[in-house]
Amino acid sequence: MRHIISILLENEAGALSRVAGLFSARGYNIESLTVAPTEDPTLSRMTLVTSGPEAVVDQIRKQLNKLVDVVKLVDLMEGQRIEREMLLIKVRADNGGERDEIKRLADIFRGRIIDVTESAYTIELTGDGGKLDAFIAVIHPRRILEVVRSGVIGIARGEEIACRLSA
Amino acid sequence: MKRGGVVELTGAEIFVQCLQDEGVEYLFGYPGGAVLYIYDALYKQDQIRHILVRHEQGATHAADGYARSTGKPGVVLVTSGPGATNAVTGIATAYMDSVPLVVFTGQVMTHLIGDDAFQEVDAIGITRPCVKHSFMVKDVRELAVTIRRAFHVATTGRPGPVVVDIPKDITAQKTDYVFPADPTLRSYKPVTQWDPQGIRKASEILLEAKRPMVYTGGGVILGNGADELTALVRWLGAPCTNTLMGLGAFPASDPLFVGMLGMHGTYEANMAMHECDVLLAIGARFDDRVTGDLDKFCPHARIIHVDIDPASIQKNVAVEVAVIGDARGVMRDMLSALQASGRRLDKDALAHWWRQIGVWRARDCLRYDRDNVDVIKPQYVLEALHRLTRGDAFITSDVGQHQMWTAQFYHFDKPRRWINSGGLGTMGFGLPAAIGVQLAHPGDTVVCVTGEASIQMCIQELSTCKQYDLPIKIVNLNNRYMGMVRQWQEFFYQSRYSHSYMEALPDFVKLAESYGHTGLRIDRRGDVEAALKEALARRDRLVFLDFITDQTENVYPMIAAGAGHHEMHLSPDRELA
Repeated sequence: MRHIISILLENEAGALSRVAGLFSARGYNIESLTVAPTEDPTLSRMTLVTSGPEAVVDQIRKQLNKLVDVVKLVDLMEGQRIEREMLLIKVRADNGGERDEIKRLADIFRGRIIDVTESAYTIELTGDGGKLDAFIAVIHPRRILEVVRSGVIGIARGEEIACRLSA
Repeated sequence: MKRGGVVELTGAEIFVQCLQDEGVEYLFGYPGGAVLYIYDALYKQDQIRHILVRHEQGATHAADGYARSTGKPGVVLVTSGPGATNAVTGIATAYMDSVPLVVFTGQVMTHLIGDDAFQEVDAIGITRPCVKHSFMVKDVRELAVTIRRAFHVATTGRPGPVVVDIPKDITAQKTDYVFPADPTLRSYKPVTQWDPQGIRKASEILLEAKRPMVYTGGGVILGNGADELTALVRWLGAPCTNTLMGLGAFPASDPLFVGMLGMHGTYEANMAMHECDVLLAIGARFDDRVTGDLDKFCPHARIIHVDIDPASIQKNVAVEVAVIGDARGVMRDMLSALQASGRRLDKDALAHWWRQIGVWRARDCLRYDRDNVDVIKPQYVLEALHRLTRGDAFITSDVGQHQMWTAQFYHFDKPRRWINSGGLGTMGFGLPAAIGVQLAHPGDTVVCVTGEASIQMCIQELSTCKQYDLPIKIVNLNNRYMGMVRQWQEFFYQSRYSHSYMEALPDFVKLAESYGHTGLRIDRRGDVEAALKEALARRDRLVFLDFITDQTENVYPMIAAGAGHHEMHLSPDRELA
């Protein structure tokens, strides 16, 4: 099963490599990993998507918690959550028909065209992974020039604070 | 410069002051360019005794031996680059056996880091998979608190090695020194309390047991829980087995002790594991050398697991009740809960269980050809050693057959007496580890049981032993083979002894003598006891005993990798029906 693990990590050199090293050393699977500083500059937020049998994911959580740099860890799959990923996609659009169609598709998916040249559009789209997959699927593969995905970030729904230092 | 009780010191002086304030007695190390300021500061003091090894691997193993035999952290100082890489094997050894070490590695000047400078290596990166934690000091003002935290992390919770990498310029810069009062980190909270519910549940299961079994590992020794374990096992009246790392936590001379378990464990211990209905596992991690085939592991048992590391719980084996906590405290609370229940285990069932264990014991699984006077059987040497030291010596070992025979034949009654590399299985560990043990216990007998292959991996430390007048006794069981490799090749590779024969061996007697020690070669069984006696009587010097032993002896019993506890091989004359 797929798990989204949200981690507050000491914002220190080497912290990221400890997490990444743990996954490679123990043979765990990482689907995506994003990391950025938080409102508290001493902390980073890492969101990690992994999958595996329950026993393996249980070990992943425990081994992550064992890392001294991990301040707090929550598995967002344990509650209601919102997950988002950003897609930047560059597509070939060099004739009128193509350009109209891509613009329409981008609108349907609530994407935005953020860069335009005579022969290409760059589109920004956010959503869960399935939505991004669906958008990519409706564009003809020959038109796709480049795809950049951010990896998943997530947050608990409602007033629940899943993972904060003081929580 | 003193200003209102605050002293301005260089980084190197702060380093020395911090170690003194941590109560460090011995620092095992080797100088080099990146740590010269620190060595200069060490020169100017006499509180911490620096032990100069001959290779950085020796420094880490010596610190490890010191730590295992005392419970205090072992401290190491090495230079950058090759100093750090040479230390890695010792760090990994300590990591696998959860030994508290603090290893300081010098680093090139801050402005040179990343430039492939002379003797630069990413010590933090290289050691990352085999440390509990590591720190790079980037500001001299952070040095004292970092050292304090390193000791805190290494020694609390499940202990382990911590690396502190210190660039050379940091050791020259000055700042005010105050001993940091608080070593805690917001992100590191070792377990200090445990769930009383779990203790209650465990006690209930234990009270219902008809065929109870207690299986304990290195955690009981690391957690100083030997007395609590002994009291708990005796109250239960249950058989107790220890892992290789756990030997000495329960007295081997107690009739409730059924020997070590696992691949080379006793028949009675492994059969009792297989047949028990309740298994109490304490400070043990269900390692593959202990469990054998997991599908056949303890098929009838309800399992209770006590461990300080949450990640050890449910890792290899699913358990019914888990108590995450300090072995000593949990065992104390468990015994209180059991006593408060006003109940005891079913007496008749226990008697029946012990009758069954008696039948298994009667197989005498450790019997060997004791009466053979033509060759020196290694087991015979170890039995004599046990008798002549009255079971009261500190014993270090290397890795292989001699290690297993020592575990089987030197019956440890006390914790922290058996010092060996269990998890990583590091050949070369025994001699440098003995250095640390002997320094920590100057009046006691310290014996390094080794083989002619292992001893050569850190043989250079004979020089260190001479420099510090360490009267270690080396028992070299010399069968001219990497014995355990040879045994596996005999069993599983149709006796194709590929590169396991030790050719071109040195004359160990002359070798020992050239380092200034005494060497004895013993090739007749009749001389074994006299040689051991003579060596043990020489309390002032190191004696290297080179026993020329039977080349073909194998370690039994043996469970082949991947087999179950009930599928043991006994020695050929008593193969299972």
